Amino acid sequence: MLSGMKVKVLCRNPDDYVRETTRDIQRVPRNYDPTIHPFEVSREYTRALNATKLERIFAKPFVASLDGHRDGINCLAKHAKTLSVVLSGACDGEVKIWNLSKRECMRTIQAHEGFVRGICSRFCGSSFFTVGDDKTVKQWNMEPPGRGLQEEPLNTILGKAVYTGIDHHQTEGTFATCGQTVDIWDEQRSSPIRSFSWGVDSFSCVRYNPVETELLASCASDRSIILYDMRESAPLKKIIMQLRSNTLCWNPMEAYNFTCSNEDYNLYTYDMRRLDVPVTVHMDHVSAVLDVDYSPTGKEFVSASFDKTIRIFPKNSGHSREVYHTKRMQHVICVKWSADNKYILSGSDEMNIRLWKANASEKLGLLTPREKAALNYNQKLRDKFQHHPQVRRIARHRHLPRDLFKQKRELREMKEARRRK
Amino acid sequence: MRRKGVKAVPATMAGGGNNEEELSPDDEHIISASEEEDGSDDESKHAKLLEAISSLGKRKRMKRTERSEASVQVSEFSVNADGTGEKVNLSDLLGTMDKTPGAPNKTKQQLKNLQNRKETLELPLSKQQTEKIQREVAYDKSSKEVSRWETVITQNQKAEQLVFPLRQDPTGPKRMEQVVAGWKAKTPLEKEIFSLLHSNNQPIHDPLLTPAEEASIKAMSLEEAKIRQAEFRKARVLQSYYEAKARRERKIKSKKYHKLQKKAKVKAFLKQFDEMMKTDPAGALEELKKMELSRMQERMSLKHQNSGKWAKSKAIMAKYDDAARKAMQEQLEMNKQLTQKLVVPSDDDDDEERNVEEADALPDFVNDPEPILDSVNPWMRGKLTQEHSEPEVTAVATETAVETKDEGQNGQREDEEEEENEEEKLLREFERKRKLRQDEDDDLVPVPQEEKQVIPVDVAEAEEVAGENVIQISDDEDKEEEEEEVVVSEFNSLFNRLMKSSSVPPVPEQTGAEEAELLDEGLVRVRTMDDLEALQQDVVMDTTQPAPASATPAPSMETTSEPPKKKKKKKGIDPNEVLTKEAKVIKMPLAPTVVEEEEEEVHAEQTAIIKEAFAGDDVISDFLKDKRKQEKAGQAEVVDLTLPGWGEWGGVGLKPSKRKRRKFRLKAPAPPLRKDQNLPDVIISEKRNSSVANHQVSQLPFPFQNSTQFESCVRFPVGQTWNTQTTFRKLTAPKVVTKMGAIIEPMSKEDLPPVKESSGAGSGATIVLGEKVEEETKKARRRNPLQKKKKKSRQ
Repeated sequence: MLSGMKVKVLCRNPDDYVRETTRDIQRVPRNYDPTIHPFEVSREYTRALNATKLERIFAKPFVASLDGHRDGINCLAKHAKTLSVVLSGACDGEVKIWNLSKRECMRTIQAHEGFVRGICSRFCGSSFFTVGDDKTVKQWNMEPPGRGLQEEPLNTILGKAVYTGIDHHQTEGTFATCGQTVDIWDEQRSSPIRSFSWGVDSFSCVRYNPVETELLASCASDRSIILYDMRESAPLKKIIMQLRSNTLCWNPMEAYNFTCSNEDYNLYTYDMRRLDVPVTVHMDHVSAVLDVDYSPTGKEFVSASFDKTIRIFPKNSGHSREVYHTKRMQHVICVKWSADNKYILSGSDEMNIRLWKANASEKLGLLTPREKAALNYNQKLRDKFQHHPQVRRIARHRHLPRDLFKQKRELREMKEARRRK
Repeated sequence: MRRKGVKAVPATMAGGGNNEEELSPDDEHIISASEEEDGSDDESKHAKLLEAISSLGKRKRMKRTERSEASVQVSEFSVNADGTGEKVNLSDLLGTMDKTPGAPNKTKQQLKNLQNRKETLELPLSKQQTEKIQREVAYDKSSKEVSRWETVITQNQKAEQLVFPLRQDPTGPKRMEQVVAGWKAKTPLEKEIFSLLHSNNQPIHDPLLTPAEEASIKAMSLEEAKIRQAEFRKARVLQSYYEAKARRERKIKSKKYHKLQKKAKVKAFLKQFDEMMKTDPAGALEELKKMELSRMQERMSLKHQNSGKWAKSKAIMAKYDDAARKAMQEQLEMNKQLTQKLVVPSDDDDDEERNVEEADALPDFVNDPEPILDSVNPWMRGKLTQEHSEPEVTAVATETAVETKDEGQNGQREDEEEEENEEEKLLREFERKRKLRQDEDDDLVPVPQEEKQVIPVDVAEAEEVAGENVIQISDDEDKEEEEEEVVVSEFNSLFNRLMKSSSVPPVPEQTGAEEAELLDEGLVRVRTMDDLEALQQDVVMDTTQPAPASATPAPSMETTSEPPKKKKKKKGIDPNEVLTKEAKVIKMPLAPTVVEEEEEEVHAEQTAIIKEAFAGDDVISDFLKDKRKQEKAGQAEVVDLTLPGWGEWGGVGLKPSKRKRRKFRLKAPAPPLRKDQNLPDVIISEKRNSSVANHQVSQLPFPFQNSTQFESCVRFPVGQTWNTQTTFRKLTAPKVVTKMGAIIEPMSKEDLPPVKESSGAGSGATIVLGEKVEEETKKARRRNPLQKKKKKSRQ
């Protein structure tokens, strides 16, 4: 009789619940039966709301201010190979090299008489180029000179007119300057190997395409943007806008897209194959936009404006996702996005370089895996519930100085009125 | 170009010549005047002087004279050449061509052609225009070049996750020359070694790789090898799975299982054969031949004729044993099948196949588990009622109805077969009733009287037929048990119709036992008038669901194990029912009985306490009241807009006319059905809650196209509470991942997908390999740009 009887016993395998070492996290067996965990939507909604609130609470983007310049900062450049090194040129002709991790100036060079108009690092990071109001192009060594030696440029090229901008090729020893014409230079030669002009007298900016490295684009004072190919003898195409563009920046991940910062408070993203209509118009600034730089991932860009703010735009959105401002920051002249996609640098009129976080509420430093997982989850929740009014209201709220706010309202009203007509 | 030159020259020459001719008399005039200065009279002198001066004053002339100097007329030696005034024709120049023997015939021909041509050449484009064209061409070229990136860019945009930097060095061992690129022999010892190596023709740049290794590397890249390995692994795993499955199947002892398998195989074969007929007639013919052969063999042998030892033993048993009878039957059927004459697939093959299939289909039912009363079993119901999709229109006599049914089922059967079927069905019915009666004995359910009188019609007929085919009953008994559902449902519908028309006269010629049978059925179907109506509605609405109607038990039958499914469909709520409804008690069959008893005691105590505590309040009736109130509030109200005295006399005691009242009483359209209509113990409020509305999305957000999309997106939880660890990780993966402290380089040309060629796969692989090598060299170059520079300077 006993042999026929079946006895059912609870059986537990210690491997399932005993941890291997004392440093392991206790293994918690979970039952995913949905009836045990009801109200999933409302619970997640609450979590999303809390995550949004926390995100706003922890949004403290300002990291550091680098002071030391004796005049307004006119141009910034990133070191091509080192994340912690940044170069800046001021309106008094001084160039400073900064160490970001120590937040101090490593070197100061009196590079030019008058403004330093443009600065760029060589692709290998061994030297950098500056142009200034004294009609010269100078190449400098990135390493400081030995003790007791004077700061001397490696090369100096004397030009006929003032150069207003410079950019270096991504992989070759050539660079481009702009002034009265757009010139392509070989590093080894003292005269330009090519010089483009198309009926304009001055250019404000020239940029190499980082992907299709032979292409260039420049902003001219006759409200036009001109495209060039280094290999061709003539420029490729020109678009004329309603107001002047100050600078432009190519998307480092999309070979044919570039964004220009315009005097009409907007930024325009163009596809270089279809120049008749911009892909996106980015509005939000309330004064002329002075500089623009793409994030190295090509998903977003940052813009600096005369209205004393920095704004971050997603590359395909018409409005900014973030605005940075401080009481002391004046007109922002130049802005750069660091090559690790973490920081933003801005140089402004009041002689300071500011370091911002690209993601305002991001926690800096190493994160444990659990922290990372929690952050990812919160991010996902925020994305999931982003359309819900309460979440959106909290996530989108930003503080603006009063005058900016007023200006913005005014602009909006003007736009409305124009639309109504 | 050549043509241009040749044609252009004579034109200018001719023009020049003309000019000179015109000018020459004037010039002579001037010269002669200066010569005759001294020897002629004053008047003429004066006139000439004036003339000369006037001629000097003319600009044209000056110009002309100047021009004449550069013309052809003035020869090198300031002597006029012969024939300057004459035009030089092309033919003059070409005349020499014919004489020179060295000139090829082709050029001669070309020149002749040119000579014959008359049109002048167009002007070359202006500089601006040419530049414009050049620009356009260059722009098109560069934009086309840039468009190569489109695929990569769209891919990145669509990607769920992007990991930056894009190009991460592949993990794993690196080749030596990648690591020590740029390393040079410096010390004298190293130099010596290298010189030795040089002298011995040993590999220097790639010291670790022998030619064989290099060849193997070229033959297959790491990724490719990985892919191939994965494929192999997968194949191996699949094979082992398959083997294990086969082994397991072979070990299964269940005869039923194997029978099923066999049947499935036969079915599959038939299907395949069908296809074969369409695609490969030759193959199909061969198969047919095979079948023919097997038929022959079958006819020759007595294998399935129930004449063997086994069959005889079974025949003895068959009297008492159902299974034995069944087995024998099967044998016979097999024989029948095998000896069936095969028709060449020309015209009737469809019918033939159907027959075969039906023969297959029937035994399937036989093998179904537990042939109990399946009217409750929803699976059985679904299966059987599907056959009744055709609703009947005529319902006068049962026989005709049955006939139409049969037609609906097997439209293509022949008439004889049909009749036979009909008979069979009736027999089955008969059998089934007997069975029901047996069950009835257990149930002991009281029987209403009215049904007694109605149903016997069918049975009487059935009995008639039964007399003819008694043997068949015993044969088909088993199968019919399975098919009885069909009959039941048929019967139900028929009965309903009968009840409705109520034109059938009662036939009171039944024995007691038979009466009991019939009553049983009736009991299952009908309880009250309302129920019947509801049922009829159901039947009319869709004939696919007669079985559940029959399955609904009477209120008095609650003791049976059948669950009261029908309750939901009741319109009104019967408060008593709600009140008396007992809580479900789940019994654990394996739990120790002692504990259960204890629990029961505790439970009883608990309920007693609760009853005491809430003795005063009648929660349920409160709830019902509440619900009724809500329902009433939701109902549409009548708005009375009649104005007394408008268009007719008004005053005390006068009412507006009926017509008016009818006209101006507005009845709002009926509100949509309440969601809790069929849920007696639930109130679903459909009002919009303002406090909740604050948290709700009012508009459909942009990327979504309809609300269901959005809702499903929100409904799906992502948290760890609801998802396993891996799913959670997948769901919450960030869109952009960056590495701390790594510089994200812009995209480079190495990220472009290789240009695909339309050649075969083999060549594709080699192309990829070639690119890989290039990539590597490029990377190596990138890593030490200084070295590259050195190379350049050397060049």
